[in-house]
Amino acid sequence: MHIRRSTFLKISSFASASFLVPKFLQAADFGQLVPKGNKVLVILQLSGGNDGLNTVIPINNDIYYKERPRIAIKKENALLLNKEAGLHPALKGCYNLFQEGNLAILNNVGYPNPDRSHFRSMDIWQTASESNVYSSTGWIGRYLDAQCKNCNSATALEMDDMLSLALKGVEEKGLSIQDPARLYQSSQDKFFKDIAAAASPSDDNPANYLYKTLRNTLNNAAEILKNSKQYPSLQSYPDTPTGNHLKTIASLIFSQQQTKVYYLSLGSFDTHIAQEGRHAQLLKEIDTAVSAFVQDLKKNHRFEDVLLMSFSEFGRRVAQNASNGTDHGTANNMFFISGGLQKKGLLNNLADLKDLDNGDLKHTIDFKNVYATVLHKWLDADADAILGKQTDRMDFL
Amino acid sequence: MAITQQLKNQHLLWRAGFGIKIEDMELVKTKPTGYFIEDLFKKIKNNPTLIEVSDNAFDGLVKGIGTIINMNKKDLGNAEKRKMQQQNQQALQTLNYNWYATMIDAKDQLTEKMAFFWHGHFACKIINVYYQQLFLETIRNNALGNFGDLLKEVSKSAAMINFLNNQQNRKQHPNENFAREILELFTMGIGNYTEKDIKEAARAFTGWTTSNKGEFKFNAAVHDDGYKEFLHHSGKLDGDDIIDIILKQKETARFIVIKIWKFFVNENIADGEIIDSLTEQFYQSNYNIKALMKTIFTADWFYQAENIGSKIKSPVELLVGIERALPMELENNDMILYLQKAMGQVLFDPPNVAGWPGGKQWIDSSSLFLRMRIPRLITDGEEFVVEPKPNDDILGGQMEENKNKKLIRLAGGKIIRAKLDWNIIYRVFASTKREQLTDAIAEILLQTPKNGFTKSTIESYASKDSRINFVTSTMLNIMSTPEYQLC
Repeated sequence: MHIRRSTFLKISSFASASFLVPKFLQAADFGQLVPKGNKVLVILQLSGGNDGLNTVIPINNDIYYKERPRIAIKKENALLLNKEAGLHPALKGCYNLFQEGNLAILNNVGYPNPDRSHFRSMDIWQTASESNVYSSTGWIGRYLDAQCKNCNSATALEMDDMLSLALKGVEEKGLSIQDPARLYQSSQDKFFKDIAAAASPSDDNPANYLYKTLRNTLNNAAEILKNSKQYPSLQSYPDTPTGNHLKTIASLIFSQQQTKVYYLSLGSFDTHIAQEGRHAQLLKEIDTAVSAFVQDLKKNHRFEDVLLMSFSEFGRRVAQNASNGTDHGTANNMFFISGGLQKKGLLNNLADLKDLDNGDLKHTIDFKNVYATVLHKWLDADADAILGKQTDRMDFL
Repeated sequence: MAITQQLKNQHLLWRAGFGIKIEDMELVKTKPTGYFIEDLFKKIKNNPTLIEVSDNAFDGLVKGIGTIINMNKKDLGNAEKRKMQQQNQQALQTLNYNWYATMIDAKDQLTEKMAFFWHGHFACKIINVYYQQLFLETIRNNALGNFGDLLKEVSKSAAMINFLNNQQNRKQHPNENFAREILELFTMGIGNYTEKDIKEAARAFTGWTTSNKGEFKFNAAVHDDGYKEFLHHSGKLDGDDIIDIILKQKETARFIVIKIWKFFVNENIADGEIIDSLTEQFYQSNYNIKALMKTIFTADWFYQAENIGSKIKSPVELLVGIERALPMELENNDMILYLQKAMGQVLFDPPNVAGWPGGKQWIDSSSLFLRMRIPRLITDGEEFVVEPKPNDDILGGQMEENKNKKLIRLAGGKIIRAKLDWNIIYRVFASTKREQLTDAIAEILLQTPKNGFTKSTIESYASKDSRINFVTSTMLNIMSTPEYQLC
């Protein structure tokens, strides 16, 4: 590993008697720009409806094996969590996190009157609304509205070309960024820079809102690229979209304080046909990327301050279909990964496969309780105002 | 910004239609606004030319429409099913493009704009292209007619009945979806009825179904013909009775007037008196849409400064407006679908039954950047690397992602290829003096005062190698500003 001499000198001059070479070689103390205690939320969206029953497997449930004769994960292949549950074999990293107490799994999360359209159900999860209410703002967007009037849109970053509804508030919106270098490149358009600089911000011209957004984007583009390079992650990540995005997120977590929420998604979970291979591949992509991310955070002493939370718009039906796949279902599990969890492991019982609603799971936890918990306990925000109603908190944070 | 005659004319043409066609520039500069109002209403066709998908795949689809609906594993193999879905998807794209092209070219701009409004109001997200085509016919035929007729036809359309699950609304197991949305989103708005009203309305709509060919069918066997109480009316009410009672409520007239106001006049609601008087007129005229629109477009307040240039164009309005001002031929139509997706407004694919939220919700950092880059993408051959989010409801996630990649490929290596119609542009500006060109172009393209740029900024970016290049580069640069996002 090559270390620049100036950095070496800076670190060694601060290093005391406890200075340890192996730790130094991991470049552990490079990223101390952001102080401890600066909480960050990373949301991982699994688009298409992840098969929760083949993610956290009810290894002793006859109904599960009977309903899924071709695609059930065999008990001997699952990574056993306890007597009742096992993880999909592709989730080896998550299994380790479970063992060390840095993974919590919440089973059977959903909402009343579930909708089985991808788009609509994703809207419900992203807006945190009831299933018969159509909201045009997302829960993270309303967090921005509540927490930071006129603050920087980099407070919430989505790793994508388009901004999700989840990050759109009434006045404030997050920033979507597929790749810091590419955003920077587009922001170097001289014409845009010229007109943004010349526009008068105090005028009550209706175009002001647009100019504000434009200036914000241009400023952030430069800032984010700079920050992403300031403490580049030295961890090796798998070369997958999720791996690359988490690597960028890690370098930003180490270098910039203003971003509280990172949002990324992985698609193709809509496994109606021959799901076995594809599902394993998708879970592996997540597992390897998340494992590298956790290693990176640990080395940089930020794992206690970062919470990674996964969700999907719905789970799959209990019974498999005739094409060795699964169709749209309802409740699903959520994963929470952090060095700062108050409760670990399986947070509640697996879904009851004897008590189904027309072949679908009946949810026992409303996802809005999870959001309220994360907003209140992790992001220190006014969860009730953001969610528009009083919602009970949970105790895993 | 002084409110000139030209600005007023353009305001009318942006709101009652999709902006000016560049060849009308001379008229826009010289004629009084009354001329354009008269022209718009004169050109309304009672039965606008049908917009349909006319490719061979579509005929096959219509014949197989029953199998699409029942898409039953027993009847169809996977390969066959997928092929049919793909044909359907292709046909839906053609329908989208055909309507989009009509918006650009139609002389009867008011009908298309009004239909575009109803398309968002009666937002219907259903992938069956045949139903969508029938549905488009319904809203175009009734766009400026009677709201009651429109409401009834929409309520009896195959598209809406299937979208809002009225096929499953049976006496034994009422499904409230349609009853709820007709009250909440299509007519009265929340707060003017009770949950009990929804339940009773749902009972009345039981038995409203459609045949596989998309015709309305009343199925008496599953209809609940019992006694019902709805909004203080009682009796053995059926679906038509419910709609008639809804139309008797003045709240319905007010709800539609406010929605029309927000779409055509200003996103902020005006003072009570104007809305009251429009509501009264709409109600007393028995919901005459054309008369309401005429009142709006002829009112003095419509042309007041706070209403001009106050609206953020929707992605479709932006794209259609660009093509009307800058005549061009795109080398492939896939790009249109692609741009609609990337900016968040795909025709026939609203986000949900509430339609597109509009206003500031169109704008975020990435969408604004994209919107401002489009005009120059058209000519510079700049790389275009925005990947729209996959839509898992169509074809399943993975296939849709592949389709997006395919779209980029079809678009000719990530570049928008378009042939601008130089002749028209040259001719329109032929008599404008060189030193007045920049101002003339800015005036014809913008509805708000320039903020971030001056004449000299724009000129410093203009191509100087020929008059026509000067004109087109100036047009494209002005279209690349935040100001151009407004109308």
